[in-house]
Amino acid sequence: MRKTTNTLKVAFRALARNKMRSILTTLGIIIGVACVVATIGIGEGARLQTENQLRSLGTNFLMIMPGSTTSGGARTGFGMANSKLQDADVEAIRREVGSVAYVSAATRTVAQVVYGNQNWSTSIQGGEVDWPLIRSWNVAEGQFFTDQDNRTAAKVCVLGRSVVTNLFGDEDPIGKIVRIKNVPFKVVGVLEAKGGSMMGQDQDDVVLAPYETVRKKLQGSTSVGTILASAISNEMVALAQEEITALLRQRHRITRGQDDGFMIRSQTEMLAQAEEQSKTMSYLLWSIAGVSLLVGGLGIMNIMLVSVTERTREIGTRMAIGAKGRDIRSQFLVEAVVLAVLGGSAGIGLGIGIQKIVAQVAAWPVSVQGSAIGLAFAFSAIVGVVFGFYPALKASRLDPIEALRYE
Amino acid sequence: MKDVNVIEIRDLTRIYTMGENEVRALDGVTLSIAKGEFVAVMGPSGSGKSTFMNIVGCLDRPTAGSYVLDGIDVATLDRDERAEIRNDKIGFVFQSFNLLPRTSAIENVELPLLYSGKHHYSDAEMRARAMACLEKVGLGKRWDHTPAQLSGGQQQRVAIARSLVNDPAIVLADEPTGNLDSKTSEEVMGIFQGLNEEGRTVILITHESDIAEFAKRILHFKDGKLVSDEVVKSRRRAEVHA
Repeated sequence: MRKTTNTLKVAFRALARNKMRSILTTLGIIIGVACVVATIGIGEGARLQTENQLRSLGTNFLMIMPGSTTSGGARTGFGMANSKLQDADVEAIRREVGSVAYVSAATRTVAQVVYGNQNWSTSIQGGEVDWPLIRSWNVAEGQFFTDQDNRTAAKVCVLGRSVVTNLFGDEDPIGKIVRIKNVPFKVVGVLEAKGGSMMGQDQDDVVLAPYETVRKKLQGSTSVGTILASAISNEMVALAQEEITALLRQRHRITRGQDDGFMIRSQTEMLAQAEEQSKTMSYLLWSIAGVSLLVGGLGIMNIMLVSVTERTREIGTRMAIGAKGRDIRSQFLVEAVVLAVLGGSAGIGLGIGIQKIVAQVAAWPVSVQGSAIGLAFAFSAIVGVVFGFYPALKASRLDPIEALRYE
Repeated sequence: MKDVNVIEIRDLTRIYTMGENEVRALDGVTLSIAKGEFVAVMGPSGSGKSTFMNIVGCLDRPTAGSYVLDGIDVATLDRDERAEIRNDKIGFVFQSFNLLPRTSAIENVELPLLYSGKHHYSDAEMRARAMACLEKVGLGKRWDHTPAQLSGGQQQRVAIARSLVNDPAIVLADEPTGNLDSKTSEEVMGIFQGLNEEGRTVILITHESDIAEFAKRILHFKDGKLVSDEVVKSRRRAEVHA
C-alpha cells in the first residue's frame, strides 16, 4: 500500500516536472475520449429521438405500402402490375380482418398553402375518419372532418400546429379559408402539437384533409397510396399482419411463391429497424473512437519512449540509490496511466460539453451515458497500460552502470 | 584494530569478454576496509578502479572472488537484491551530482527513502530525515531550491545529503570533485572529512593525488591489481568546515 503511494508520488513528481509536455501528450487521449463520449451521447440522443417519433405514430400501428418486401436483394421497385392498392382493398380489410380495429387509406403530397398574403409549403396528407385513432393524434381545437366529408370530397382541412403558426400567427384559424393549389379549403380543426423533430423534420408541419378530397382535388390519382391500420391490441399486431397479407394476396391473385407485391410494416418492426440502424451507427462511432484512442495511445508510447531515453541518467541514479527494476517499471507505467487517465477525465468533460451543446442546438433529449463514460475511462486506463508497458519495460531493463554514464 | 571490517574482499576478479578477447579489469584483489576508515582509491584510467567501484557499489558482480559488505556476502546477489543492498548500505556521490532536475533539494534527498524496502517512512519522517541531512551539509536554508538554483558545490552537497539519508554503512564517492573548482573541491572534501570524523566510512575514487590526500589511506590500482596500500602521512585538512 505504502509502496503504491510512493510509486504514485514518484510518478506525479516526474510528470509535474514536465507539465507542458504532459499536457500535450494527453491531448490525443483527450480528443479520443471526448470523441467517444460526445458521439455516443449524440448517437444515443438521436436514437431516443427516432424512437419517440416512431412511438408517436400510434400504438399497434401498421402501414401497408405497395412495393416489394424483398430487402436483401435488389428488388426495391414499386409498381408491379398487380401491386397497386385499391379502394376495395381498404374496404376488404375493414370488413374482413377481425384483428384490425381501424383502417384508413392515406396519401400525401407536397403543396403550397396560402392564407391572405402568407404562404407556406408543407406536406398535405389525406386520411379517412379513423386517422386520428390510428395515429393517436387528436384535434386540439375545432374538430376532425367527418366520414361524410370524406365521401363527398369536401374541401375541409385540419392544420398542424406549425402550419397555424406560420400562416395565422396569433389569429384563430378555425373557419378560415386557405388555398391549396388554388383550391379553397375550410379549416375545421387544429391538431395537437406533436413536437419532436429529427434531422430538421417537424411533425407538426402538416395539413390533413379527407383522403378523397386530396386524391380527387389535388392529386387526380386512382390508386391508394398507403393504407394505415391499427390492430386491436399490441398482441394482435402480428396476427393482423398475417391476416392482411393473406387477404391481399388472395385479392391480388398472387400465387404461392410469388412476391407479395406490397409491404406491411408495423411500429414494432420500424422500431426494430431503427434499433438496427442505430446499432450500425454506434459500431461506426465506436470504431472511430477506438481509432482515436489508439492514436492517443501511440502518442503516449512515443512520448514515454522519448522520456525514457532522455531520463536515462535519472533512471541510472534511481537504480544506484536502490530502485529495483520493478520500481522503475511501475514508475513509468504509472506515469503513462496517469497521463492517460487524466487525459481521459478531461476528455469526458469535454465530450459531455460538446454533447450538451449539440443536444441544445438540435433540441434532442440529452443523454449523458454513464456506460460510455465508464467505458471511456476504463479504455483510457487500458490504453495507458498497454502503450506504457513497452517503454516502462525498456526503462526497467537498463543497466545502472551504463545508464549512469549516459550523456 | 581492524576488528570491525565493513568491507572484506578476497581474490576479487572481474573479466569482461569482448568478442574473443577477455579483459581482466580486476585481477585477484584482496583487501579489507574497517569501519570508520577514509580510503581513497587511485589509479590511471584502465587501472580497474572504476570496475572496483562498481563492484564495491554493488552495481556490478565479480566474476570470481568474494565480497562481504557489512557482514553480508554480496558477490552472488541478483539484481533486485543488489538494489536493496545499495539502498540500505551504500550512499553514492557522483562526479556530476546526478540530482533530479526541477526537483527541490529536499525531494532529491528524500529519494532513497522512497525506495527503502526495509522501512516505510511517513511523509513527515521523510521530510525530517532529509532536512537533518541537508542541515548537516549546511544547506538547511536552501531545502526548497532546485538544482538549477544552486551552485555546483551546493549541488554536490545536496548529493552528499542524499547519500546519507538512509544512514549507509559506506559512502562511496566517485570523483566527487571532478566538476568543481579547487576551492569548492576543498569545501566538499571538508564535508567528507567531517563525516569521517563522526565515524562514517568513506571511500573516495579519484585520480587527483591532492584530493586523495584528504583521505587517511590510499589504494593504488594498476592493470587490475592493487599495487600499493598505504597510510597517508601528510594528510591534508580542509580549511573550510561545513
